[in-house]
Amino acid sequence: MIEFQLDRGSGVATYLQLVHQVKQALRLGTLRPGDQLPTAREVVESLAINPNTVLKAYRELEREGLVAGRPGLGTFVEQGIAGPTLADHHRLRRGLEEWVRQARAAGLDEEDLRALFGAVLAGSAREGVA
Amino acid sequence: MNALEVTGLAVRRRRSWVLRDCSLAVPAGRVAALVGPNGAGKTTLMHAAVGLLAPARGGVTVRGQAAFVAQDKPLYETFTVAETLRFGRRTNDRWDEEAARRRLDRLGIPLGGRVGRLSGGQRAQVALTLALARLPDLLVLDEPLANLDPVARHDVMRSIMAEVAERGLTVLLSSHVVSDLEDTCDWLIVLNGGRLQVSGDIEDLLGGHSVLTGPAGASAAGCDVVGESRTGRQVSLLVRGGPPPDPRWNARRPGLDELVMGYLRSPASAALPAPAEVAG
Repeated sequence: MIEFQLDRGSGVATYLQLVHQVKQALRLGTLRPGDQLPTAREVVESLAINPNTVLKAYRELEREGLVAGRPGLGTFVEQGIAGPTLADHHRLRRGLEEWVRQARAAGLDEEDLRALFGAVLAGSAREGVA
Repeated sequence: MNALEVTGLAVRRRRSWVLRDCSLAVPAGRVAALVGPNGAGKTTLMHAAVGLLAPARGGVTVRGQAAFVAQDKPLYETFTVAETLRFGRRTNDRWDEEAARRRLDRLGIPLGGRVGRLSGGQRAQVALTLALARLPDLLVLDEPLANLDPVARHDVMRSIMAEVAERGLTVLLSSHVVSDLEDTCDWLIVLNGGRLQVSGDIEDLLGGHSVLTGPAGASAAGCDVVGESRTGRQVSLLVRGGPPPDPRWNARRPGLDELVMGYLRSPASAALPAPAEVAG
């Protein structure tokens, strides 16, 4: 089960934050096909947000084919995002952790790390490597 | 389908008008925020909505039953919570005792406790429980969060939202603090000096306005300006619709507080649906 968090100062629309968090959980494999999303009531009871916001987020996820509503039962995950690459996550994460260790040892702070990672990501997308 | 419709409402107190020519509609299942400065007529509009006063002109239609919680949350201090429930049961035809007890139990409010001994947050919850026990279709709350600490505000809002999710109830609530309304309300009503300035879906309103910032000389020609503020050489405008052709403007979507403040500072501006939409 996923537990939503809100970043009220982020400027990102609340329903999008919920959408992103579900996708993030699907990528990391913490949500898998068949898992149930919390009901609108459960979400609003923990976050104090309008129920229509939760329904909007779920509709968006449904539109993308990631979840499906089953009348009277709730909303369930239809398909993961990670798919076959999930098995590689562990290995890639270890590599990234090693890279972060080296960068820190070289004196880079967190902002430097983000900037560097973002630049490499953007560069590889341009070259079509990603 | 509208849960609340107000048409041409006017209310007079002694020799002055407290509300003038107010027409609005709140669709069913919405959480509507009623905002405006002190003396804008918010409480009067709420009283008219629940039939606590007779308007001089115009009318109010509520689909189903309305329940009202006043700002001072009037409860008998010497009653226990159980006695307060009993009083509610005797004075109301529609009454869900079971749900009220379950609700208080879930909130950890003891039935044997005296109302006068409860915390501000607990009193607010008891008042809310009494209103919900009457199984309203429209719940009208006058400043439900006033005088509550941040934790109690969050708790009260959470439980209002949960009722909306569970029962599809429509809520009209007033508040001074726009940040309390940001994620909870989806409909906005701005009242200023007894006149209605804004009534509409919050997403549509935010999407339909822009905040422009630019140098003092930039031209706002071709733009529907709600209000403006100047700091030194920079001008900031709230406009309806997109940015004007002058490329020196930097445009972005307003926050709810910016939209509300923009209108309140320019009482002559209004963003209201055409009369036909309200009537429909």
